[in-house]
Amino acid sequence: MTADFVLLDTVDLTYRAGEGQDTLALKGATLAIGKGEFAAIVGPSGCGKSTVLKLVSGLLKANRGRVEVGGHTVEGPVKIVGMAFQNPTMLPWLTAIDNVLVPLKIVQPYRSRFKRQRAEYEERARALFKTVGLAGFEKRHPWQLSGGMQQRASLCRALIHEPELLLLDEPFGALDAFTREDLWATLQTLCMTRRPTVILVTHDLREAAYLADRIFVMSARPGRVLATHEVRFPRPRTLDMTFSEEFVALNHALRNEISDAREEVAA
Amino acid sequence: MMRKSALRRALPWLVIVGMFLVWEALCRLFKVPEFVLPLPTQIFAVLFNRWDALLPHATQTLMTTLVGFVGGVILGTLIGIAIGSSRLVYDAMYPLLVGFYSIPKVAVVPILVVWFGSGTVPAVITSLVICIFPVVVNVATGLATTEPELEDVLRALGASKRDILWGVGIPRSMPYLFASLKIAITLAFVGTVISETVAANRGIGNMMIIASSNIDVPLVFAGLFILAFMGIALYAAFALLEERMTGWAMRKSEFVS
Repeated sequence: MTADFVLLDTVDLTYRAGEGQDTLALKGATLAIGKGEFAAIVGPSGCGKSTVLKLVSGLLKANRGRVEVGGHTVEGPVKIVGMAFQNPTMLPWLTAIDNVLVPLKIVQPYRSRFKRQRAEYEERARALFKTVGLAGFEKRHPWQLSGGMQQRASLCRALIHEPELLLLDEPFGALDAFTREDLWATLQTLCMTRRPTVILVTHDLREAAYLADRIFVMSARPGRVLATHEVRFPRPRTLDMTFSEEFVALNHALRNEISDAREEVAA
Repeated sequence: MMRKSALRRALPWLVIVGMFLVWEALCRLFKVPEFVLPLPTQIFAVLFNRWDALLPHATQTLMTTLVGFVGGVILGTLIGIAIGSSRLVYDAMYPLLVGFYSIPKVAVVPILVVWFGSGTVPAVITSLVICIFPVVVNVATGLATTEPELEDVLRALGASKRDILWGVGIPRSMPYLFASLKIAITLAFVGTVISETVAANRGIGNMMIIASSNIDVPLVFAGLFILAFMGIALYAAFALLEERMTGWAMRKSEFVS
């Protein structure tokens, strides 16, 4: 494995919500992801999966421990990150395509070229819309799109500036099973051509096993990494593979680990 | 809701005409003397016959109001942004602002006259001051209630505070700003007329004071009508502008399939 591109070293994080209402979200969370690797994080709900993404993106600061991206300690948000949030969080006053163009208006070097190369950037956005099956919806406003369409647009927004690090927080949660599977294939193709480092947070174990090179299983709150699974299926992976014995066995193992983690809390 | 029926469009006008008809009928029925409550037809006659004399006053009041309004909106927006984007400034400034706004503006006019002399300047300032508050409160509320999730979209890209303000905060508070403009423009007229009645030699307010001292009540009412008309016209203009600019916040169930 190459040098770690993303590193969490015994990280603690507490959400402060006033006297006696603090929530300890992460305790001693440690994980390392190599450059170009596709990592998935699974775990019981409320275990701090999304918190890990916020720490890596620099939106949150760890109370203890170290977070590194690309060899640098994370001090605040960095431009090499593309993030798709759990909610689509489209800006309601912009059309779908303008929403997708937002990163290019903020991140250098695109920012200073934006006015001159707008047409070219729009073309790029249109191409992405086509890839995720949103062609023809560019000029719609977010409220004119269904939840699934908004999530796909939000995925485009995370990809438009070709980030080195892609953070996906349950990006396919609100989609129906068939669209979801289509987008798995789309995402796999995108990742195989551009090779970004990806961290995908999901509660869909099949999704994790289909997409990821490595799966981290997290414990219930306060979250820490319980187990790591290497996923060795060859790429490109097909949906048929997800029904193979090996694949089902992996899913089964993941499932048991998570249900153990949940019982640990109940006990 | 794409299509408004003709009746719905006509309804506000019908209500206004109806009010005049009832007014006219009641005044005639009870033989109300002209110096108590003139007939609408008398008032319209005054408006028509003395239009040349009324026009300069109306223009004066309109211009004064608009200058004060524009100044107030600019100042109010700036203060609103300062207050809304920082908790510290919010806590520090709010009590002062409320205290300032609680002072009846008519009490301030004499001070303004001492400072600037009577005439247009105190009227502009009164209307400016009176329309700052709703703008400040609304812009500050719009900024303060911006969803952190929306800000995170830009924050995650390493955007500066200024980028976030321009990219999310300000567009997000536009509907609040436009809502306040409709209130502010009507208040601005109040401010102008208060000041004109106390210290001016032109404007509708001044004209009404002189007319009432002459017990020319129909002329007083003509002044009121002009004010009401200008108020409605500007309110409608801003409502239209609001619809154009912030349609995204005003959507109804118009989901496009």
